[in-house]
Parts: sequence; structure tokens; C-alpha cells
Amino acid sequence: MAAGSADSVAVDLAVDDMSEPTGRVPRVEGGEPTGRIPRVDVDGDPTLAVRSPVIDMKHLWKTYRPGSLAVHALRGVTLNVDRGEFVAVMGPSGSGKSTLMHIMGCLDIPTSGTYELSGEDVSEMSENSLAHIRNREIGFVFQQYNLLPRLTAWRNVELPLMYARVPAPERRRRALASLQQVGLAERVDHRPTELSGGQQQRVALARALVTNPALLLADEPTGNLDTASALEILGLLQDLHRSGRTVVLITHEPDVAAVAGRVLRIRDGQIDSEEVAA
Amino acid sequence: MRWRDTFRSGFEAILGHGLRSLLTILGIMIGIAAVILTVGLGQGAQSTVNSAISALGSNLLVVTPGSTTGSGGVRGGFGSASTLTLADANALGSKRVAPNVIAVAPQAETVEVLTAGSSNWTTSVVGSTASWAEVRDRQLQEGGFFTRQQVSGADDVAVLGSTTASELFGAKSPIDQTVTVNGVVLTVIGELTSAGSSGSTNLDDMAIVPITTTQQQLFTGTFATSVSTIYCEANSSSGLSGAYQEIDDELLAAHHIAQPSEADFTITSQTTIASTANSVNRTLTDLLAGIAGISLLVGGIGVMNIMLVSVTERVREIGLRKALGAPPTDIRRQFLVEASSLGLLGGIGGVLAGLLGTVILPHLQSNPVTISPLATAVAIVVAIAIGLVFGVYPATRAARLSPIDALRSE
Repeated sequence: MAAGSADSVAVDLAVDDMSEPTGRVPRVEGGEPTGRIPRVDVDGDPTLAVRSPVIDMKHLWKTYRPGSLAVHALRGVTLNVDRGEFVAVMGPSGSGKSTLMHIMGCLDIPTSGTYELSGEDVSEMSENSLAHIRNREIGFVFQQYNLLPRLTAWRNVELPLMYARVPAPERRRRALASLQQVGLAERVDHRPTELSGGQQQRVALARALVTNPALLLADEPTGNLDTASALEILGLLQDLHRSGRTVVLITHEPDVAAVAGRVLRIRDGQIDSEEVAA
Repeated sequence: MRWRDTFRSGFEAILGHGLRSLLTILGIMIGIAAVILTVGLGQGAQSTVNSAISALGSNLLVVTPGSTTGSGGVRGGFGSASTLTLADANALGSKRVAPNVIAVAPQAETVEVLTAGSSNWTTSVVGSTASWAEVRDRQLQEGGFFTRQQVSGADDVAVLGSTTASELFGAKSPIDQTVTVNGVVLTVIGELTSAGSSGSTNLDDMAIVPITTTQQQLFTGTFATSVSTIYCEANSSSGLSGAYQEIDDELLAAHHIAQPSEADFTITSQTTIASTANSVNRTLTDLLAGIAGISLLVGGIGVMNIMLVSVTERVREIGLRKALGAPPTDIRRQFLVEASSLGLLGGIGGVLAGLLGTVILPHLQSNPVTISPLATAVAIVVAIAIGLVFGVYPATRAARLSPIDALRSE
């Protein structure tokens, strides 16, 4: 499973000259309240200047106030994902993993800190601008597939293009091309109920790809699938990564995370450790 | 999202919940149909009343005696209101006095027993002049009306209403038969064509006799000298107000009354009768339309209820659409289009049901139903507006949903 990520590992290793023999790279500065993680100066890395990060998060805090008590879901997260990287974010439930994914996917904004997506600061954007960014820059894949049951496969895939105001003939053309890319060219007129779980998730993947986004954000994409279908989806993600896409995979399963080139472990709202796949 | 896609999504959502949409549409439909039909019934009743009033005769002014206050400030009791006389009627008939009045028919009436052979019948005996038939717009079924000469000669003749004729003579023709009233033998010279009833008066049950005959031979007391009503026909509808003025001036002068407010008579025109009747009608129509409007309001609340259910049920879908990049405006618009489409479909259905009602209702009750194209157009616009207005709150709620909470919900 991890074989496909060999080239990305090579890239990461070449860049990360600070990597320790164990592969654990504590390059993330996240310990503001506790100072538990040693501080590493990423900006000092000369190679980062030439590389264009898709995700550039600095000192992100997210605080919820459900009552009088403040709950810190994120406690100063700083992380970078470069173009063409395949990164997995792992963590137990309650770790801040979901909050991080929401902010990463521009579904929410941080309480403090900055987040640049494709070089654009999205940390203080309005709801309308965020919707626009999500439409243009991010392709979501969810655990629940989230396909609209009444629409056929291709009409599900064309949805993001409708919000991008793409004319109908072009929408259909692009939706069909996207479905072909995930190997579902024969199933374009099937409704979700007529498809297997794996096939539904492939439709969702096609929908995420159809806008040609800068970032593919997959949240537990294999959580509802049997092993064979899960392998299929992970294979597809690896293929996409190999063809140059930036993929962030959120999961709690180590097996799934293993396909990524780099694994970030999150705990108590901080990046706990980082590991580059062997 | 483009408008075309928004409309398509809206219609797909409506079709996707067929039964639910149908029930919602039914609510609006019933409201619209009820409004259209009550307004149509009201307009139909109005035209019925108008035609009944114009059946009284055209361009008619009716002069009736009023209650009077005597010169010493003593208010007249019973009988004091018999202030109109045949002389008044004759004066109004003069072209010089009232150029706008083309025909005058005074009327004095009492209830008498008519005897013909072995049968008798109690009815109102009306004394009038030769122009009565013209002024009251009545036709003769058989025979003829009495002439000016017969009036001036105080001939012993009578014209019978169709009911009176059949009560006295059965199926036989009443022409040239005789009826006896108060010992006076009258020859029947004509029978009126049936005219139905006006208000509580049966227009077919009466005997019309030259007023000279009633005054000289049939009636006694004040009935012999005064008339109960003077019908005046104006030359045209535009001459109506001129005729009114002329009658008013002449009668005030003839009765030696200086203040118009002390007049001992009342002049009523068809227009005033019609407007009174119509205002009653309009009040009723407004009341019914108000009730129908309430049912429309209930229909609107139905739309809101269904849209709120729809929003709650589709929270995940809304969340997904937002995640895929739908801005709040697109979400709001989609739900508004859905709500107003429900209204539009309800409006069209309501108009169709209303049209069906105009076919069925006349078979169930006597009043005609009139539906104007304007009312139809307004009904459809109102239906869409109801959908829009009651869709605003659910649509805004949908637009404000946080995509995270929406996606997380089950």
C-alpha cells in the first residue's frame, strides 16, 4: 500500500534535511501553552522559499465558547502542505482533527492565526468569499459520500460546476471526464442507490476533482467501506497524488494513513508528531 | 448558480416529494379557488340586482310622499303623508315644467276584492294613467292597455296581471270579461306579461284601472284624492339629474315649501336604489372574500410549514451544497424558487378549480357567477407572492445553516 508513495517520500526527504533517523520530524511549532514540542524554525529552510505551499497555517487557534467556559479545539497549529504532497492527518476523536479539517477546508475560520490557501489569506474571509474559495480551490471527499440520492452520478458530479456558473454543456463534458478518471464511465446515469459503496465514493471523488481544485481534502474516505473498496479508493488517491494532485487525508486508521507521504499526528489541539513514510 | 439551474433544482425538489408538494399546493389551490368564486358570486349577484332594478323601467325617478311637519310645527300622523295628488302628476307631465321628463305615471292603490262570476280574489287595485305600461316597462300578453281617452273619460275598464287573471278566470282568456269592484263593473281589456316579483311585491298580481275611475267611483277618503307614487321617466340617463331637479322644483313650488329640507315628498332614482343594493352586496362579497382570504393565509402557512420541514429534512444536502461552494444567496434563492413555485402551481390549480366552480355552481344555486380575467391574473400573482413571503423565513434559515453543523447532522 505504501509503495505508491515512494516518490513523494523521496521529495519530502530531500527537502527535510532536518529529518531524524527515526523519521520523526518535530518541525511544527504548536506548543504555545505548554511548550512541549521543541520549536523548529521552518522559515530557515532555504528550499521552502522556492516551493509554493498549498496550505500555509501559522499559529492557528480555534476556541469555542459553548458556555462561559472556553474550549480550545486548536492550540496554535502551524503546518505546511506543499503542492503535490500527500499528507495524512491522524488523531483520536476529540483531538482537534475535525476542527483542523474544517478550517483547512474553509468551512470555518480560525479564532486567531493565519491560514493561506494557495497564497491567499482565508483566515478572515466572509462567508460568501469562503464559499467561492471552497468551490474553486477545494475538493471534498466525505466518509458518508454525501451524494444527492435523486440525482444520477454525472449530475452529482456537475454540482460544484453549477455553483461556479459553468454553462450546462461544458458541465456535462467535464463531469463525464471526471467520472472516467475514477473508472466509472459506464455508470454515469446510475443513481447512488444503484451503486455500491465503493462506486459511490468514486462518484464523490469525481465530484471533488471536477473543479480541478488545488487541494483534495478526504475526511475518513474509507470509513464506511469494506477492505476491497477501501483499497480501491486509496489506490485512486495515490494515483491522483502521483499525477501531481495535493491530497490531505484525515483518518484515525494507521493502515490508511500509511499510504500518505507524510503523517501528522494531532493530539489535544496540537501537532504532536510528524512522520515521513518509509 | 444560474437562474435556469435554480429553477430546475426547485422543480426537481417539488417533484421529488410528490405527495407532500401536492398537499401543499392543494392548500393554496383551495384558498385561491375560494377567493375567485366568492368574488365571482358577488359580482354575479351585483349584475342580477342591477338587471332587476333596471327592469323597473329605464331612467326612472320615483316620487313618494314623505312624512310632513305641519305649519304649526305639529308632526303629521297617519295619512298626513298623502301629499301627492293627480294635479302634481299632471303638472310634471307638462313639457314646459319638466322638459327632461318624457312620461309620468301616477299610481294610487288600495287592496280591494275583485269578483268575476262565482270567483273572487283580493288584490291591489292600481289607478294610473295611459303611460303606466311604458313607464313601468311592462308588456301586454293579450289585449291592450287603456288609452288617454279612456282615462279622461273615466271608462270602466281594467288591465289584469297574469296571476290575477288566472285566479279569476282560470285558463280562460280574461279579455272582454267583467270584474266587479265595490259594485262597479269593469271590463277587462288587457292582460300583462308576467314580470316576476320585485322585492316582496308580486308584479303579476294587480289590476290596473284608469286613475280617474278609481278616484270617481272606486276609492274613498284620501285614497280618492291622493296618489301613493308618481313614476317619472327621464328622456335619457344623462337627463336624469335634470329631471330630478325639475321635479323637485315643481313639487316644492306646488306644495308652497320654501326649504328643500322640509319637502313632503322623496324622489328616488334607480341609481340610488342600485347603489344601496350594491353596497349591501359588496359588504357581503367583502365578508366572504375575507373568509376566503383567511383560507389563503392558512394555505400560505402550509407552504411555510412544508418549506421548514423541507429545510430540516435536507440539512445534510444544504451542508453539502455549501461545502461544494454554494454561497448563502444561492441556497436562499433555491428555497424561494421552490416556495414560490408551490404558490404558482397552487394558483394555477386554484384558477382551474374556480373555473370549474363557475360551471358547477349555477346548477346548485340561482345566482350567476362571473369571473373576470383580471381577478384570475391577480389570484395567480397573489399565489406566487404568498409562496415567496412564506418562503422567506425557511429560505433564510437554510441559507444561514453552518455547513459544518449541516454536514454533521444525521
